[in-house]
Amino acid sequence: MRHIISILIENESGALSRVSGLFSARGYNIESLTVAPTEDASLSRMTIVSIGSDDIIEQITKQLNKLIEVVKVVDLSEAPHIERELMLVKVRATGKDREEMKRVADIFRGRIIDVTESSYVIELTGNGAKLDAFLDAIDRSLVLETVRTGVCGVGRGDRILKA
Amino acid sequence: MQLTGAEIVIRCLQEEKVEYVFGYPGGSVLFIYDELFKQDQFKHILVRHEQAAVHAADAYSRSSQKIGVCMVTSGPGVTNAVTGIATAYMDSIPLVVITGQVPTAYIGQDAFQEADTVGITRPCVKHNFLVKDVKDLAVTIKKAFYLAKTGRPGPVLVDIPKDITTQKCDFHYPKSISMRSYNPVVKGHSGQIKKAAQLLLEAKRPMIYAGGGVILSDASDRLTRVTRKLGFPITQTLMGLGGYPATDGQSLGMLGMHGTYEANMAMQHCDVLLAVGARFDDRVIGNPAHFGQVARKIIHIDIDPSSISKRVKVDVPIVGNVPDVLDEILKLLEAADSKPDAKGLASWWKQIDEWRGKKSLQYKQGSDLIMPQYVVEKLYEVTGGDAIVTSDVGQHQMWAAQYYKFDKPRRWINSGGLGTMGFGLPAAMGARFANPKATVACVTGEASIQMCIQELSTCKQYRLPIKIINLNNGYLGMVRQWQQMFHGNRYSESYVDALPDFVKLAEAYGHVGLKIEKPADVEPALREAFVKHKNELVFLDILTDPTANVFPMVAGGKGLSEMILAEDL
Repeated sequence: MRHIISILIENESGALSRVSGLFSARGYNIESLTVAPTEDASLSRMTIVSIGSDDIIEQITKQLNKLIEVVKVVDLSEAPHIERELMLVKVRATGKDREEMKRVADIFRGRIIDVTESSYVIELTGNGAKLDAFLDAIDRSLVLETVRTGVCGVGRGDRILKA
Repeated sequence: MQLTGAEIVIRCLQEEKVEYVFGYPGGSVLFIYDELFKQDQFKHILVRHEQAAVHAADAYSRSSQKIGVCMVTSGPGVTNAVTGIATAYMDSIPLVVITGQVPTAYIGQDAFQEADTVGITRPCVKHNFLVKDVKDLAVTIKKAFYLAKTGRPGPVLVDIPKDITTQKCDFHYPKSISMRSYNPVVKGHSGQIKKAAQLLLEAKRPMIYAGGGVILSDASDRLTRVTRKLGFPITQTLMGLGGYPATDGQSLGMLGMHGTYEANMAMQHCDVLLAVGARFDDRVIGNPAHFGQVARKIIHIDIDPSSISKRVKVDVPIVGNVPDVLDEILKLLEAADSKPDAKGLASWWKQIDEWRGKKSLQYKQGSDLIMPQYVVEKLYEVTGGDAIVTSDVGQHQMWAAQYYKFDKPRRWINSGGLGTMGFGLPAAMGARFANPKATVACVTGEASIQMCIQELSTCKQYRLPIKIINLNNGYLGMVRQWQQMFHGNRYSESYVDALPDFVKLAEAYGHVGLKIEKPADVEPALREAFVKHKNELVFLDILTDPTANVFPMVAGGKGLSEMILAEDL
């Protein structure tokens, strides 16, 4: 099962390696990992997507909670939540492809944020499946470069993760 | 008043009422050692290798209740210390390890004796710190002591760059500390405790399984009270020995890979299992799938939530400090209207006595070759069962655990989790410093002892009258046993040719050496060592039967009740 684990952690040097080290040392899988400071600069929020049985995810949560710098851990996927990922795609955009690329980007609510004579950079957000679907919808041979942030997410409604 | 970083380190250790620092100086810690020189509130013990500094601090802690403290220099000082740190981590021993680091500006430049200490030690410490500002130094050391001892204990490392030790700031040592990210649970959940008490009272074939957590949390008196109140059988892990008196009738001895027949059978066939401060590890329950074949209700008390349902699913998890939870259980048992099921219990004890009838620890002592088991039994007699016994790792460790009956906690000191050869001698040093009047014996083998043999020099310097019981069978005995049993008698690299003359070696270090070759000489030699040479270190090189094996044995991957007994071979 795919789980999205959100972590509030002290924003200190080495915090990321404590978390990633825990995953590699115990053989847990990381599909994606994002991290950045929160509105309280002393805290970072990390989002990890991992795949594992319920037992493994339970161990992951417990082991994360054991890390001294971890303030809170929640498994977002346990309840209603929203997840988003940002992707930047650089595509070749010349001739008839130029118009077609703009059209597909619009359908996916993407935005063209850089334009040259021969290329676009398209910014796209959504869940992972939507980003994949966009890549499937365009001519792959036109893709020059892609970069994805990995998933971040929040719980819906009253579910709040705060120190 | 403004103090230098080096002065602050010393002041912090004094504030923590540290008695001993085990260590080894070097470039990055020179300023700290300079301040250490100017004070006499605590003593520094100079070892001969950094690994030994950590083992000694570790055993100092295991044999007292105090936090062990050690200090080493950057680079190789740290890498040598890693084995000791990992040993303490695996057995949850509270340590504060202070390490020197190259000056802040040199970090990352591949400077002389630079190593990424925080990176190297991260997986084997409870937590570690790199101090980047002298103003953080005192509070960091305070945190280190706090973290080491609270919750599930463990080693905490503080890495201090050399320039920090010369910079000055105001010194203020915090009285207490709180961290928003660290709040270990103490009290167990009352609903779960109620459920546990109920299950215990309904049990027909109950069993108590106690581990190192009982020793670490000083809960052996509570455990003894609960066990006696219930009248249940109890078994202990390698780390839990001494947590309940081994000579008591309710004790089934140690369980696990080399546990007694009765302990393993009762563990496998019980209907309610009370696990206390133990973690169901692979050496204890064997194959978890086989263990799970029998339906039983499991109550698990542990301070560390991640120990619960890690290898075995439990029915009543209780996260909390073991003595507090046992107190609560005891209260409920005393207040309960019902008593444990007497009829069920009687027939269960009858079954257990049948298993005991197997006498799974029996061995034969002839007149030619010394049996290692016999040596440990004689050691037990000669020391009146009251010694602190440290061990290295291998067959001798198992025999010491099986045949020396520990009635009190903190008397049995061994590397259970990591299984570190070389632990025994430095551990004996640490134990002796913590217990300056105690009889301290190190049960070891000719292979293990050579992994930290240099500490014979430290023992001389500090006049430590340790008795080294070297069960010398000429082989890496446990490796040889596995090769005999599972690798077609192919003794690949397990025979140690060219052993030193241990008697001369002991003498070269200024100690007494005795060589014992006949069974009849074992007891007199032990008496000579423990009585005549009471105040000296004695190295007893005891030549034992090279073919002796440790039984019972649960082979790797097998179930607990699938034991190989001595009589089977």
